[in-house]
Order: sequence, then C-alpha cells, then structure tokens
Amino acid sequence: MIFSYYPGCTLKTKAKSLDIYGKKSAEELGIFLEELPDWQCCGAVYPMAGDEIATRLSSVRALATARNLNRGLVTLCSACHNVLKRVNEDMKTNEYIRTRVNNYLEDDIQYNGETEVYHYLEMIRNVIGFENLKRKIKYPLKGKKIASYYGCLLLRPGKVMQFDNPENPSIMEDFIRAIGAEPVIYPFRNECCGGYITLENRRLAKEKCNTIVASAIEKGAEAIITACPLCMYNLEVNSTELKLPVYYFTELLAEALGVK
Amino acid sequence: MLVVEKVLAEDILRISGVNTRKCMKCGKCSASCPAFNEMDIHPHQFVSMIERGDIKKLIKSKSIWNCLSCMACVERCPKNVEPAKLIEAVRLAVIRQQGANHLKADKIPALVDERLPQQAIVSAFRKYSK
Repeated sequence: MIFSYYPGCTLKTKAKSLDIYGKKSAEELGIFLEELPDWQCCGAVYPMAGDEIATRLSSVRALATARNLNRGLVTLCSACHNVLKRVNEDMKTNEYIRTRVNNYLEDDIQYNGETEVYHYLEMIRNVIGFENLKRKIKYPLKGKKIASYYGCLLLRPGKVMQFDNPENPSIMEDFIRAIGAEPVIYPFRNECCGGYITLENRRLAKEKCNTIVASAIEKGAEAIITACPLCMYNLEVNSTELKLPVYYFTELLAEALGVK
Repeated sequence: MLVVEKVLAEDILRISGVNTRKCMKCGKCSASCPAFNEMDIHPHQFVSMIERGDIKKLIKSKSIWNCLSCMACVERCPKNVEPAKLIEAVRLAVIRQQGANHLKADKIPALVDERLPQQAIVSAFRKYSK
C-alpha cells in the first residue's frame, strides 16, 4: 500500500530520527511512504484569521498534489498535521477561503478538500490496526513504563482534528501496549509544552515543561514519547528540574519491529 | 469609542469570525489557559472588551504575545466562542502595521541554540511577524 508522505522542514534537519524510523517501520508494516514531490514548509502554525490566504497556500499545494496522485496524505510531525488537516477542512467547508485560495492556484490544482489526511498514528490505528501491529513486533519493550505526550496539536480543535477524544485520548496508549510496553497515564499529557513561546518567554515554557515531566514521573514513567519536534525540544531542554528521556514514538516502534 | 477603535473592532470581529454575543461569561477559557499567569488581560476579558470596542488596551497587552495557540480555550468553551481567534486577530492588527513586527530576524541568532528545531523559528515568525 502506498501513501503520499509530507515530512515537513524539521524532519529533514533536527528531527531526522522521527522521519527515518517512521519510514523504515512503515515499510516493515507493508506501507510505502512516498515523499510528496516539491513540498514546501506548511508554516508550522495554522493561520486562524479567515482573511489569511497566502499563509494557506503551501498546505493547499501539498494537499492538491496528493489528490492528483490519488493518494491519502500521511504526516508525522504534529504541527504539520495540525496545519494540513485544518487547512484541508477550510478548503472543504469555507467558501470564502476556498475561492480566494483557488484564485492563486494554477488551473490544474484547483482544490476542494478532497484529500484524506492521516497522522502516522491514525494510519497505524485505522489502516494497519493495533492488533496487527502487535503481531509484527519482534522485540517487545517489556516492562518499560512509557508516558505518552499528546500536547495540543494532534488533538485540538477536536471537531476538526477528529484524532481521538481531545480530553481523554487513548491512541498513544494503545500504541505503547502494541509495542509491548506499559502506558503511564498522567494528567498533563494533553497540556501545552509552550511551543514557540520558548523564543519569546522561556520562563513560561520551563514552567509548563517542569509540570508535565514532574507529573509523568510521579505516575511512574521511565520515558516520554512524542510526535512533535518542538515538544521534544521543550520537554528535554526546558524541563530544568526533573528529567526523563524523551523519544519520538517512531524510534521505539523501529526498535520493537527490529528495524532500528 | 474612537473611530479608529471602531474600525479595528470591526476588523477583529470580521477576520476572527467570532460572535462575542454567544459568550455566557463562564470563564472556562481563562481557567483552561496555560499562559494565564503571564497575561495582563485574560481570554474571557478579550471577548467582553472586543464586544465593547475596547481595543486600545488589548493591542498594548502582553497577553497577545503570550498566547500559546494551544486551543485549550477553543476546545473547552461550552458556547463555541473560540477566544484564541480573537487573540490572534488582535495580534494581527498589531503586526500587520508597517514596522510593527514583534520578532525581528536580527534577534534570532541570540535566541537559537544547537538543538532548537526549525519549527520553533518558523512558528514564532508566523505568530510575531508579517
């Protein structure tokens, strides 16, 4: 099975292990992730204002390219996923935005929100299935207590993202169980790490990350997994009081599948 | 209300798409906000101040630079008011002015460390500059 794949800027640079192990693991699971030709940076944050048109174009070009290839589009980075999914929803449901965006585009890529956008974890859940993943695990991570960090971008706004229950998600815990480890539930798993605020007000990012990491430790976690390079940075660098190792979920997946 | 303020208030309502009249003032947005302590004006106040056209204080507020766009207020609002969209619209009202960028490129080298992902710089520019 082939999907188009949108890596995004950071997976080609600081977050190579999120990208490489994601692709290797998918191949092991019978899915080929074909990188989208000529993709451009999505802008990393969704433009909320209804009159922002230019800032939506790179996402629409990616979505339209996948549509023209007749493939679903898979993302790995939480931020790219949030932007692409929400812009796709705009193109489907918002006449004002759709008309103005299409006025910018070449005739052959007029786009109306046709592409299905999947986060990699949704691809595992919806296409492969956690039971099938479990069967393919060669080296289960037995006894490891792992806390999932959802953050904001995979879950919210729930009505558009449709990823999981935004207040009580379970997809990452199901993933952790499937690779043979033990999920740790803690109250701050869907609270913000601060994101870009690390460049504007680092004190706030530190406060957020110290709370998240302390909460995971209190519930017995030995490691945290994330799907977002900026969450990874914040949880590692801006947790100044207590520390936990932070991994991309694809690193553990590749390890459990024996392709790392 | 000043004429300029009236125009700004109308712009903010238009580009945010928010209907402030749906707000029932329960305060759940501010109670959910992870940046609450860093804000001088809180998310629920944005809703009522914009409704009144009280824009001047908002564009000078430090809250617009501390909103994390985490969508907690959007998710948890029982009336679907979406306060984050108002905060975004006020921020845009500021940075869309000539020379009013909050983050300038020459500040970046001092803020970057070896591990900082590109995503952080891209998103900060989207939030703080035009």
